[in-house]
Amino acid sequence: MSNEKFNYLLRLGDSTLILSQRLSEWCGKGPALEEDMALANTALDLLGQARQWLSYAGETDGMGQDEDDLAYLRNADQFANFLLVERPNGSYADTMVRQFFFDAWYHLALQKLVLSKDERIAAIAGKAAKEVRYHLRRSSDLIVRLGDGTPTSRSMIQSAVDELWPFTGEMFEADAIDLAVAEAKIGFDPSSLRSDWLSYVHSVLDEATIKMPNAEAWMQRGGKQGRHTEALSYLLAEMQSLKRAHPGAAW
Amino acid sequence: MSAETAGVTAADRVWHWLEAVPDPEIPVLSVLDLGIVRDVQWNGGEADECLVTVTPTYSGCPATDVISDDISKALHEHGVQKVRVQIRLAPAWTTDWLRPQAREKLCDYGIAPPVGLASNEHVVDISRLRASNKKPLQIDCPRCGSTHTALTSQFGSTPCKSLYRCLDCLEPFDYFKCH
Repeated sequence: MSNEKFNYLLRLGDSTLILSQRLSEWCGKGPALEEDMALANTALDLLGQARQWLSYAGETDGMGQDEDDLAYLRNADQFANFLLVERPNGSYADTMVRQFFFDAWYHLALQKLVLSKDERIAAIAGKAAKEVRYHLRRSSDLIVRLGDGTPTSRSMIQSAVDELWPFTGEMFEADAIDLAVAEAKIGFDPSSLRSDWLSYVHSVLDEATIKMPNAEAWMQRGGKQGRHTEALSYLLAEMQSLKRAHPGAAW
Repeated sequence: MSAETAGVTAADRVWHWLEAVPDPEIPVLSVLDLGIVRDVQWNGGEADECLVTVTPTYSGCPATDVISDDISKALHEHGVQKVRVQIRLAPAWTTDWLRPQAREKLCDYGIAPPVGLASNEHVVDISRLRASNKKPLQIDCPRCGSTHTALTSQFGSTPCKSLYRCLDCLEPFDYFKCH
């Protein structure tokens, strides 16, 4: 079980870490000062959560790896984040749609994880759930404002939704690791979130006057199993270069 | 209160000393005003480790490490030899734990205190997003007391705050989010 639990915690930690890193790329370049601060704050929340998930993963593994070792010293094929969160930032519409799709999933996922039989997972999730509820409120609000906004903002949100849609299916596909942790009642079966996610996303897109893509469309997969797009390698190169250039350095 | 007063335990003295440990981000509040110190265990003996349990406000709040250091430092100054600060995540911190006087101190400092109870904030309610249903929270300006204010940004200078502006005195101000 400890191997499945380790991998499961890596998935949670990697998705939050990689999305946090992506959002940090906006720092100093946001379309308005307030948006810049909001993205940096969201990134900070996600980084704090990533730290909790990854340090617990390191303890579970028992190989003496801490959260920094896991974040900085693994290669792309050892990362287990969703493909969705490694997608490049693109325009502000792309960034907000990516955030909205992930927030809507993560918010539901955390509601399940607070019920985990593993007390540590339940505690991290309980803390994160409050933060993510706020993220989801903000990203939903922006989808409505930009979607139901000017013709330009509307068409940019619509193309971001269409573009990112094939990366959402993976969040609901259970594999052997998901089923093992669900069986042990420390995790959950991700397919159980799908209908709630679709219905919430539908209600927001509807309010935003954005057309919802076909839920049965073909979906990309592989992030959770370590098969990534080339975008992740560039992200890791930037994120990990300092630590790898100075092994063992600390301050 | 003197330490010799009957019935005052060693842990009570520690609680009293913690009154003087400020939050590094909002120094008008003590760590006790914020409600982040959850437990103190100490028998007062020189060999006994003083265990202070603290809960973080936000998962990524960088002030958490500083707060732990400040608590250790303050207790060392009061002559406690061995101090350990332990972080506890559950139950998660909420602004409902702010002391009543913390709200007044925040207001005097220029930060609007949280409105409402975080325990009522459990759902993401889509109806809030509908233009026809928008009933924004009423946040009073901490400077002039006007109720005529508007949200500038859902996030402010730290994770625990959002940014408002007063439409009467025209000053921007921080709002301590209900969390």
